[in-house]
Amino acid sequence: MLTLEDVRIEQGAFRLAADFQIPAGAIVALLGASGAGKSTLLDVIAGFLAPKSGRVLWQGQDLTPLAPGARPLSVLFQDNNLFAHLTAAQNVGLGLRPDLRLTADQKARVEGALTRVGLGGLGARRPAALSGGQRGRVALARMLLRGRPLMLLDEPFAALGPALKADMLALVADLARETGATVLMVTHDPADARAIADQTVLVADGVAHAPRATAALLADPPPALRAYLG
Amino acid sequence: MKVPFIAAGILCATMASAEPPVLTVYTYDSFVSDWGPGPQIEAAFEAQCGCDLQFVGAGDGAALLARLRLEGVRTKADVVLGLDTNLTAAAAETGLFARHGIADVAFDLPVGWDDEMFLPYDWGYFAFVYDKTRLATPPTSFQALADAPEDLKIVIQDPRSSTPGLGLLMWVKAAYGDRAPDIWAGLAPHILTVTKGWSEAYGMFLEGEADMVLSYTTSPAYHLIAEEDDTKAAAPFDEGHYLQIEVAGRIASSDQPELAQQFLDFMLSDGFQSVIPTTNWMYPAVTPAGGLPQGFETLIAPDTALVYSAGEAARVRDVALDEWRDALSR
Amino acid sequence: MLMLSLGTLGAVLWRAEGPGALNGADWSAVRFTLGQAVLSSVLSVALAVPVARALARRRFRGRGLLITLLGAPFILPVIVAVLGLLAVFGRSGLISSMLAPLGLGPIDIYGLEGVVLAHVFFNLPLATRLVLQGWLAIPSEQFRLAAALNFTPRDVARTLEWPMLRSVLPGALLVIFLICMTSFAVALTLGGGPGATTVELAIYQAFRFEFDLGRAALLSLVQFGLSGVAALLAFAIAVPGVFGAGLDRPLTRWDRDSAVRRIMDGLWIVLAALFLIVPLGMVVLHGAAGLPHLPGTVYWAALRSLAVALGSAGLTLALALPMALAAVRLGGGRGAALQAAGTLSIAASPLVMGTGLFIMLFPLADPMRLALPVTALVNAAMSLPFALRALTPAVAEAEAGFGRLADSLGMTGMARLRLMLLPRLRRPLGFTLGLSAALSMGDLGVIALFADPGHATLPLQLYGLMGAYRMQDAAGAALLLLMLSLGLFWIFDRGGRAHADA
Repeated sequence: MLTLEDVRIEQGAFRLAADFQIPAGAIVALLGASGAGKSTLLDVIAGFLAPKSGRVLWQGQDLTPLAPGARPLSVLFQDNNLFAHLTAAQNVGLGLRPDLRLTADQKARVEGALTRVGLGGLGARRPAALSGGQRGRVALARMLLRGRPLMLLDEPFAALGPALKADMLALVADLARETGATVLMVTHDPADARAIADQTVLVADGVAHAPRATAALLADPPPALRAYLG
Repeated sequence: MKVPFIAAGILCATMASAEPPVLTVYTYDSFVSDWGPGPQIEAAFEAQCGCDLQFVGAGDGAALLARLRLEGVRTKADVVLGLDTNLTAAAAETGLFARHGIADVAFDLPVGWDDEMFLPYDWGYFAFVYDKTRLATPPTSFQALADAPEDLKIVIQDPRSSTPGLGLLMWVKAAYGDRAPDIWAGLAPHILTVTKGWSEAYGMFLEGEADMVLSYTTSPAYHLIAEEDDTKAAAPFDEGHYLQIEVAGRIASSDQPELAQQFLDFMLSDGFQSVIPTTNWMYPAVTPAGGLPQGFETLIAPDTALVYSAGEAARVRDVALDEWRDALSR
Repeated sequence: MLMLSLGTLGAVLWRAEGPGALNGADWSAVRFTLGQAVLSSVLSVALAVPVARALARRRFRGRGLLITLLGAPFILPVIVAVLGLLAVFGRSGLISSMLAPLGLGPIDIYGLEGVVLAHVFFNLPLATRLVLQGWLAIPSEQFRLAAALNFTPRDVARTLEWPMLRSVLPGALLVIFLICMTSFAVALTLGGGPGATTVELAIYQAFRFEFDLGRAALLSLVQFGLSGVAALLAFAIAVPGVFGAGLDRPLTRWDRDSAVRRIMDGLWIVLAALFLIVPLGMVVLHGAAGLPHLPGTVYWAALRSLAVALGSAGLTLALALPMALAAVRLGGGRGAALQAAGTLSIAASPLVMGTGLFIMLFPLADPMRLALPVTALVNAAMSLPFALRALTPAVAEAEAGFGRLADSLGMTGMARLRLMLLPRLRRPLGFTLGLSAALSMGDLGVIALFADPGHATLPLQLYGLMGAYRMQDAAGAALLLLMLSLGLFWIFDRGGRAHADA
């Protein structure tokens, strides 16, 4: 279970409060207007930004003192998810060992992960030689190998077409189900939430609200969400 | 089978070379360079002394003195070779040098020699060197040079960083005394530029950048003997030529006083003196039995030798430098 | 590093038992030094901008070679470069002899114009390299974006190139200003006389003519102070780079445009190439005859120089990389202060540094035995400013672009260095290694007090040949030096650029 315990975030004039829990194994969308603070909240959970007060806990363990890489989570950013100078396989291998000293067995697992995301045989390519969707898949393969129980997605597929994006989201859901991971994904598109998220956290007016069932939330939106949906 | 013999040979060699006492001689770089007198002199002295002669190069004459001053009494030098009369007063002041105690040497110097600490080993006249094929009638005096058409250009060296440069400063001062500033003012339009050292100036002259360069009367001997090129000559000046006398002295605190003394004796012998003309391109202080090499007889022989004693040189130096600077900075 | 620059100065002061006093002549030396340094650095950088821009946006045969040659003047021993320059611009040089049939000339470059000409010759290539790196650091995605927005070249200049220049130029100006501050032989020879006395020459005079260590140290302090002020100024007006990381696509420019611009770019490239290559060509021409007959000792000296150069390059990296990493990690004022401290080592008078080291080491060990290591160390210190200039922005950029990703993957310590930083730093690392190796090959200045002619380096041997009237051998040795320095520079620089397009 991911617990945000009375978390308060301040960045200049910007304020955001969050105080809720997300059950393990859930796929949760963070929905809200641009600038509402979705990515900022993700940054706090991932450890790139310290909250003004409050704590972030995973299964009762306080994550606040941990460095980003030491937290039980993987992140996909909006961009720059891959090192441009490393091959796809190397980028995936980083999920097993950050110093890339891989055993033959681990190399096989890298190839397996690449195959799992549909990129079998493309391991030697560098990111510049891959399409946008393929780059996303490489990042997902790495996430798969890292095997961290919490997956944070900061709209990594925003640049992809609708069909491709749907494929990628479905892949995320499949991977989460296979590994039992908890997924927290930022989106500004209710369709994304509807596609894979059981629950949705609405971020609006300086508050990240407790998660509600996605279908129910979208069927009966509160005023802030209604204003956003238009 | 051969290996033990070789090993034994090496062992003997190292044992032998570890034994002889070491005589350390500080000198200027060009003396010890592969093309200077150093290698031949080292071989000749080691053949008779049963010692290991080690030359240490330390820039030029002035840098040599500066190094000695930095090291003080802790210096490793046993002998210092390569100062000239413009530096000996300051060198004597350090109190580091011992008396040489050598008397009655028949020096072949244009002037008499009488110094308790320093012994001359070679000498030469400063002169302007020109190319006979490009300059038919070189000026015959500083005054004539000043009066020459303005496109007659010379390159000189900076007295603050170069031995010949300082020599020229003394030359003009010795020849003209209080009138030196006027002469410098007259020379100024002809001075193409002033270089840091002799090499830059001489290189520029050989490239044809200037008509004359400040060097030595012996410079043409190099071109004649080593390159069989007789186009270079030194221009004789009516005022006379300033003399550079290069000297050596032994260090009082040396742990090899006998060897140092033996080296000074050797320095005045044929074994040393015969090497000087065609390696240092200067006149030997004591002409060796075989005389001077063929070609030296073609060099100009100035009628008047100008030189300040060590004490006078130290006294006039700073005034002369200020006059030089003022005249050329305008 | 501070130990090397200020510590050595302290040693000289300590030995002098107190500072001396400055006289009128010293102050005029200060004025001349400042004046020529400002003029030389501004002109070098101003000319470097159009040349670097032309090189950044044009592709042509020999471009790589030209960029390598840009390293050449900077690493030549002064005397070789000056003779090369005079062979072109001197009274009997190429230009004068071309003018002669027209009844003109010979041209006379001696004076302030000669000093500036020579300093621009030495430093324009360096400035061009530094500015060119700034251009290449703009991700190609940004140019693509600009093309998509239908930017005119003027728009590209305003939105992309000007911000880049704002972050690159102050540092480039500073480095060249500092190099020109300590110039001595060039300034004197081409300045035409004692009017062109720089502070460094005044230090030389105080040290070896008057043996007034106090005055030498005081002058050195003045030189250092002026450089410090310049450094503060440069870092105050510099703004950090603003570009994110890209996908390492090969740089393709879409704003290649009008014929006028093509001609202008071509003109800049040709002019710069001529200005640099013709004097170098004269060095080659003069040396070619002597090269085959070089005495064996020259080759031994060349080997020693190679060893020193490689050692110095390694040391430079060992010093510069941690400093660059620390400067980026500290960021802000403290990071800038660290960089400034590293840059200042170039403002230390070589003579004072050498003397200070000698005073410190003499009681401990035989200076002659330390000649080669000390040379490598001092040369590394002298290369440090260039290394920092090249490495720090690249480290900052790598951290900005990929730092968070590396953090999230738990890449720390050696793994981060090996897998994230070093690959992203290939280009500046290659440049740094090449430059410091080449710089070390050509150096002569610092170690006069340590040098042992029996184990001379190549530049020292070159002077030895000249001192023995052997000008033709010296020209051959100069050519050998030029080839070795450029070769080293090329190999490292090339290594840094390999796979850049992969």
